[in-house]
Amino acid sequence: MKENKATSFMQETDAPKERGLWLDVWTRLRKNKVALVGMFFLILLVVVSLSTFVIDLVTKESFYNNFVIKQELTEKLKGPSAGHIFGQDEFGRDVFLRIIWGTRYSLLLGVGATIMAALLGGAVGAVAGFYGKKLDNLLMRLMDILLSIPSILLSIAIVAALGTNMFNVMLAIAISYVPQYARIVRAAIMEQKSMEYIEASRAVGAADPRIIIRHIIPNAMAPIIVQATLGIAGCILSIAGLSFLGLGIQPPVPEWGGMLSNARQYMRDAWHITAFPGLAIMLTILSLNLVGDALRDALDPKLKN
Amino acid sequence: MKSENLLEIKDLVIKYETSDGVVHAVNGVNLTIEKGTTLGLVGETGAGKTTVAKGIMGIVPNPPGKVKSGEIYFEGEDLLKKDAASMRKIRGNEVSMIFQDPMTSLNPVMTVGDQIAEVIGIHQNLNKKEAALKAKEMLEMVGIPADRSIEYPHQFSGGMKQRVVIAIALACNPQLLIADEPTTALDVTIQAQVLDMMTNLKNQMNTSMLLITHDLGVVAQICDNVAIMYAGEIVEYGTLRDVFKSTTHPYTEGLFGSIPSLTADVKRLSPINGLMPDPMNLPIGCKFSPRCKYADDRCRSQAPVMTQLSATHCAACWRAGKEEN
Amino acid sequence: MIKYIFKRILMLIPVLIGVTFIVYFILALTPGDPVTIILGDQATEQSKEELREELGLNQPLLKRYADYMVGLLHGDMGKSYKNNLDVADQIMERFPNTAILALTAILIAMLVGVPVGIISAKHQNTILDRISMIFALTGISMPVFWLGLLLVIIFAVNLRILPSSGFDTSSIAAAARSLILPGIVLSVNSMATITRMTRSSMLEVMRKDYIDTARAKGVSERVVTFRHMLSNALIPIITVVGISFGNLLGGSIITETVFAWPGIGRFVVESIKMKDTPTVLGCVIFLSVMFSIVNLLIDILYAFVDPRIKSQYKLK
Repeated sequence: MKENKATSFMQETDAPKERGLWLDVWTRLRKNKVALVGMFFLILLVVVSLSTFVIDLVTKESFYNNFVIKQELTEKLKGPSAGHIFGQDEFGRDVFLRIIWGTRYSLLLGVGATIMAALLGGAVGAVAGFYGKKLDNLLMRLMDILLSIPSILLSIAIVAALGTNMFNVMLAIAISYVPQYARIVRAAIMEQKSMEYIEASRAVGAADPRIIIRHIIPNAMAPIIVQATLGIAGCILSIAGLSFLGLGIQPPVPEWGGMLSNARQYMRDAWHITAFPGLAIMLTILSLNLVGDALRDALDPKLKN
Repeated sequence: MKSENLLEIKDLVIKYETSDGVVHAVNGVNLTIEKGTTLGLVGETGAGKTTVAKGIMGIVPNPPGKVKSGEIYFEGEDLLKKDAASMRKIRGNEVSMIFQDPMTSLNPVMTVGDQIAEVIGIHQNLNKKEAALKAKEMLEMVGIPADRSIEYPHQFSGGMKQRVVIAIALACNPQLLIADEPTTALDVTIQAQVLDMMTNLKNQMNTSMLLITHDLGVVAQICDNVAIMYAGEIVEYGTLRDVFKSTTHPYTEGLFGSIPSLTADVKRLSPINGLMPDPMNLPIGCKFSPRCKYADDRCRSQAPVMTQLSATHCAACWRAGKEEN
Repeated sequence: MIKYIFKRILMLIPVLIGVTFIVYFILALTPGDPVTIILGDQATEQSKEELREELGLNQPLLKRYADYMVGLLHGDMGKSYKNNLDVADQIMERFPNTAILALTAILIAMLVGVPVGIISAKHQNTILDRISMIFALTGISMPVFWLGLLLVIIFAVNLRILPSSGFDTSSIAAAARSLILPGIVLSVNSMATITRMTRSSMLEVMRKDYIDTARAKGVSERVVTFRHMLSNALIPIITVVGISFGNLLGGSIITETVFAWPGIGRFVVESIKMKDTPTVLGCVIFLSVMFSIVNLLIDILYAFVDPRIKSQYKLK
C-alpha cells in the first residue's frame, strides 16, 4: 500500500520529464544533418533486410536459389555490368544480391551480440554496483581480467573452443563486450544509488530488484543507449573480422566479412568482389558511429562545445 | 593633459556570436581610470564585467566573442588597434589580471615557481636562473616561503593559490591591475587577508586597479571611484562618495537595499525584484525598466542617456537630475 | 614512486593468473581429441593411450592447469600438437616481427593523430575541423581487412610500387618498404581514435581558467598551446594510446593475415585452424601479458605527466 503510493508518485514526476528529455534529444538530433543521413541509411538497411525475408517467404526461397546463390561459372569474376551492377564473384554469383542478402547477418548478429552483451554486462554491473563491497570487488576484478585480454583475441579463443556456428560467433563477440557495459551500468548505479529518491523508495520498503529495474536502470539509460549504438558498430566490425579470418560465419552464407575472405584469393583479377562488400561494411559502421556520436551529443549538450 | 588618465574606454561593444544567437555582453561602455586610483566595477553576475576586463586584456575568446566597436586607450594608445605581438608585450607586463577562481586559474602541471617565472621570463630580460630567483622573491612578497616554489598548485590552499596568482600579476610591476572578483571564491576569513595584502602591494608599487566585484563592502573599503554596471551598460559612475551618498540610479539604490546594514534601522531587506534580462534578448528602452519600481512608458521605449550630475558623477536614468529621492 | 611501481607489478600477478585461467579453460573446451590430432586417425588405441599418459591428458583439468602454470613460470609453454616444436620458442621467434609492426603503427597513429587533433581543436567548427573529423570518423569505421585489401590492389597489384605481403628483411630499405602498407593499415583505427581524443581533450582544456591566466601573462599562442594546453590534455590522450596499443595487438591478427606478416597474429590464426591448442594458448596468453604490461607502463607514465597523480602515489 505504502509502496504503491511511493511508486505512483515516482511515475507522476518522472514520466513528463522523460518524454521531454527524448523530445529535446530529437530536436537537437534533427539539427545534425550528417547524422540524419546515417540514420536514413540504417533505416534503409533494415527495410532492405526485412524485404529479403519477405521475398524468401513469398517465393519459397526460389528467388534465393535462382538468383542469389545461382552460380554461372562461365561468367565468373566478371566486372560490373548492366545485369550485375556490382559484378560477379568467383562462382559467377551476383555480388549485389549477395550483399543485399548478407545485410541480415550483419544486422541480426550485430544487434544480437550487443543485446546479449548489454544484458550480461548490465546484470553484472547492476549487481556489483548495487550490492558493493566484496561482490563488487570480485565481479569487477573479473571484468578487469576480461579487459586485459585484447577483445578480438578473446573472441577468437571462444570461437576456436566452441566452434563456428552463428550463435557461438555472437556469444564470442558479446562476451568480449561485457565488461564495457558492466562498467557503465555500475557507475550509473553507484551514482543513482546515493540519490534521495532511491533512499525514499528504500524507506518505504521497495525490494532491491524492483529499485534497480524500475528506478535506477531507466535513469541510467542514456549512456547505455549511446554505448549500445556504438557497440553494434563494434560488434558488426568484429563479426566481419572473424569471418574474414575464416573463424566466423562460414561460406556459402553471403556474410560480408566472409565474402571478403573469399575475394582475397581473386583480388589480383577482380577488384569489385573486394570493393563492394567492404564498402557495405564501412557504410554501415560509419552510419552507426554517426548516429551514436550524434546521440551522445544530443543527450549531453554540455559535452559538445 | 590627458595623461592623468591611465585607461580610457570609449563606447566599447563586445558580442558573443553563438549558434543559439548573439549575446550582447557589453553595450557601449565608457570608463576612465586615473593613475594611482582604484575603480570599482560593480554589478550582478552576467552583467558583462568580466567581458570588459577581458576586452582590456585583449583575451576575449574568439570565436565566439568579438569586440565590435569602441576604443580602449591605455597611456594614450588604443589597445584595440595594436597587433597580437605588441598586445602580448603589454599583457602581464603593463596590464595584468587576477582571475576569479584561484582553484582553477593556475596550471596544475607546472610548479608555482615556474608559473611566476614564466611571466618574468617573457617580459624582463632575465635568464632562467634569475627569473626563478625573482619568482621566489615574489612568493616571499605575497607571504609564501620561497622554498615552496617547486610545489604544484594542488599542494596549496585556496587562499595560498590566490596569493600565487597575485604574485604572477604583480611580478612585472604593472601599471594597471585588473582584479576580477579576487576574493569571491575564498573563505570569509581569508578574504580580508588577501584583500589587505593586495591593496598594500598596489600602494607600494603605485599601481592603478580595476576591481571587479559585486561586494559593495569591498568597494567602500578600497575604491576611489565606482562604476555600476547593468546588462552590459554603465548605469552610474562617480566617486565613492557620489555613488554611496547621492545614489541616483534605481539599480544602484536596489543594490544598497539588498545588503543588510548594522547602522541603519531597517526591518527588512528590499531586494530587487526579477532577474537580469537575457543578454540575447535585451528589453528595448532602459534595460532596467522591467525591474524598476519607477519605470514609466518613456523608460520602456527609450533608452536613457548618461546625465552629468556633477563634475564627477553621472547616471543613465530619465529621472536623474530631475527630482530628489 | 618505486614502491608504487613495485606494488603495481604485484597487482598484475592475480590479473595474469586470472587471464591464463580463463584462456586455459576456454581452450580446454576445444572439441576433438588432441591425441588423434597428433597421431592421426590410423594410430592404435594403445599408442594413443600412451601418449595421453605422457601428455598428462588423463589428469583432472585443474591439475593440468597447475602443471601448465608451473611450466609457464619456467618459460615453458609446452609443445605444438602439429610439429612438436617448443611453443615458447616459436612465439619468441615471431614476436619481434609483431612488435615492429605494432610499434610502427602506434608511431604513425600518434604522429598523425595528435597534431591533427590539436589543429582541429584550435580551429574548432571551421572547415578544417569538419574535414578532419569526417576523416577520423571514417577511420574509426574502417574495416582494417578491407582497407588492407584495397591498398594492396592499388599499390601492389596495379601501381606495383610496394610489396603486397611478407616482411623482407634482406635490407633496411626493403624492410621499411614492406612495413609501409601493413603499418598504415594497422594504424588507421588508432589514428582516428587518437585524433578524436586529442581534439576533445584539447577543447576541454581550452576552456580552463588557467589558459586565460597564461594568455593574460602575455604568453605566445604557441606556448599556450603546447606548454599550457597540451600538457594538461595529455592524460586522456595517453590513456587512449594505451588502449589503442591493446587493440593494435588484436588488430595485428587481421593485418598480419592480410599481409602474410610472419608475426604472432597470423600464427595464432593458423594454429586455430590446425587445432593446435598449446600454440593457440601460448599466443593468447603471451599477447594478453604484453597488453597488461603496456597498461602498467601507461599507468606509471601518468605519474610523470600529472603531478597530482604522482603525489597520490607518494601518499599510498
